[in-house]
Amino acid sequence: MIWAFLLIKWSDQFFEVRFELSLFKERLLIYDDKNLPYGMIFSNEGGLDKLLKDLFTKNTNKKKKYATIPTEAAKSDVPEGIMTKCPSCKTIMYTKELNKNLKVCLQCNYHFAMNAKERIISFLDEGSFEEINENMVSENPLNFPNYLEKVEKDRQKTKINEAVVTGCGSVNGNRIALAIMDSTFRMGSMGSVVGEKITRAIEKADELSIPFIIFTASGGARMQEGVLSLMQMAKTSVALKRFSDNGGLIISIMTHPTTGGVSASFASLGDYNFAEPGALIGFAGRRVIEQSIREELPEDFQTAEFLLKHGQLDAILSRLDLVEKITNLLEIHQPGGELEWQGN
Amino acid sequence: MAGELEFERPVVQLRNKIAELKEFTKTADVDLSSEIEKLELRLEKLEKDIYENIKPWDRVQIARHPNRPTTLDYIANLFEGFFECHGDRNFGDDEAIVGGIAKFRGLPVTVIGHQRGKDTKENIRRNFGMPHPEGYRKALRLMKQADKFKRPIICFIDTKGAYPGKAAEERGQSEAIARNLFEMAGLKVPVICIVIGEGGSGGALALGVGNRMYMLENSTYSVISPEGAAAILWKDSSLAKKAAESMKITAPNLKELGIIDDIIPEIKGGAHKDVKGQAEAIETILKKSLKELLELTEEELVADRYNKFRSIGEYSFLKDYISI
Repeated sequence: MIWAFLLIKWSDQFFEVRFELSLFKERLLIYDDKNLPYGMIFSNEGGLDKLLKDLFTKNTNKKKKYATIPTEAAKSDVPEGIMTKCPSCKTIMYTKELNKNLKVCLQCNYHFAMNAKERIISFLDEGSFEEINENMVSENPLNFPNYLEKVEKDRQKTKINEAVVTGCGSVNGNRIALAIMDSTFRMGSMGSVVGEKITRAIEKADELSIPFIIFTASGGARMQEGVLSLMQMAKTSVALKRFSDNGGLIISIMTHPTTGGVSASFASLGDYNFAEPGALIGFAGRRVIEQSIREELPEDFQTAEFLLKHGQLDAILSRLDLVEKITNLLEIHQPGGELEWQGN
Repeated sequence: MAGELEFERPVVQLRNKIAELKEFTKTADVDLSSEIEKLELRLEKLEKDIYENIKPWDRVQIARHPNRPTTLDYIANLFEGFFECHGDRNFGDDEAIVGGIAKFRGLPVTVIGHQRGKDTKENIRRNFGMPHPEGYRKALRLMKQADKFKRPIICFIDTKGAYPGKAAEERGQSEAIARNLFEMAGLKVPVICIVIGEGGSGGALALGVGNRMYMLENSTYSVISPEGAAAILWKDSSLAKKAAESMKITAPNLKELGIIDDIIPEIKGGAHKDVKGQAEAIETILKKSLKELLELTEEELVADRYNKFRSIGEYSFLKDYISI
């Protein structure tokens, strides 16, 4: 919320300073006379008083504290505001424009994380989504301390009931069943509910004889459900096998991050396996690997580009033309044309 | 005795003492038979107390015992004419997984299992029983072959996990595991899986999609090692003992959770104390389950496996829920 304006003159140029107060910290946004963003200042210590003092005190020290965005917390706070900074090319953009561009950096094509809701809006025909099993929630089969409290906290935070949203919808008129994982909920980890909802979505696709598309985003199996989480890998895989044997089309689109048990089950089982640019995809964690082989790993290790190079992906698809590419793919899987095969 | 474990030390000490006294009575001219008898009674009670109340962490230690029988030990004791087949026909031969054909009481079968080494040299050759993608692809090749020739498949699971390495990632560790889960679901022959040591995560499950799943009494099966779980959950890998308990990874735990069909009882103190005896216990259960599964048709076998995994998981439904 902006609660004060101030016009200042600096080196013959007027700047407008807007004081913003967010829940976590004070923030100063500076605009130039053309109302374009000039910069912003965060204050993590000392509150607004110090921030103002810092701003108006002549400082001889070149490494001024307010001149940089100081902490990780402050960085991640940026998307809440009007501006967003690209973590890859460091460009600062209007959040609105970034969102309009499907959260793809206007400068460098960096794909920001998307939650399930944003994914539905960007991928499906407007109003076509019908959610299924939306009210399925986790139990605590191992009586793991504080597990359900953590799940509940994430429910409130993310406004979804579990780490995957499933349902049916259409892409340019092509009906599909789909599952969209959301990494903001318990890191997208797979427990019983995630496994069950995905399995039911596959079964829905089978029942309606429509393609199944999954957007994966997950840190892997959910620790707190132990071996039950592990078994969800098998459950989803046996369901995919049955669907596949019935001629079902499976498309997997791996988004950042897709690792562990999720990458080692349904994420890798598409008839077509795709990934978003720059997505982290792999089985074992980078640090674990570094420890076990004691050597430096290449910078692009376990990225979508690395996987493509090593033959693990059909293609890397940019979010900007994803709908077009998937529509094409879905249409190729429809019978048609005068040369239709009359075999069988 | 070499390789004794912490928790069984009192038993070993008492047993040594009795042996000492017996030796003494032989040489000296004293009659200690009543003392020995008393001590033997106490030993019996102590053994019962200790071996019937093995804590999860102690089971982890038994499962990791360097002398614990491996897949090849059981193959030698259970099957006739084992013929090992190598290679995935694609990249190479991964010795962390062994597989081949054999006969089980006259019945042709395919046997596949993770293979650890028993000493450093062998462990290096077998990569400590941690497979690369080519290992899983070799296993899948042999399963498909079994499917063609209608041979039941028996899998022995014994791995800390799939190998976390650069080469493994390059060659598609994830895909190799996923593909096995997917293809095992469709096998038209009986598949029996037995966890004989550590069942470490996806690397274990990749040989684990069976019609029947059994675990040796002191084996473990988990989504992550206790050390790994402690590091992730509490940022302290020294809390592994606590993790071993809360993660519910032992055979009795998995039986309770309804994931395995049965526990195969172990020799008192662990399978490493008597490989032959342990193999006999496995043979009994193999015979019984094969007999049951050979009654089923191909379609029934596939459906049986589907239903088995389809039903795993616990969840509930909310009345008041957030809608997207």
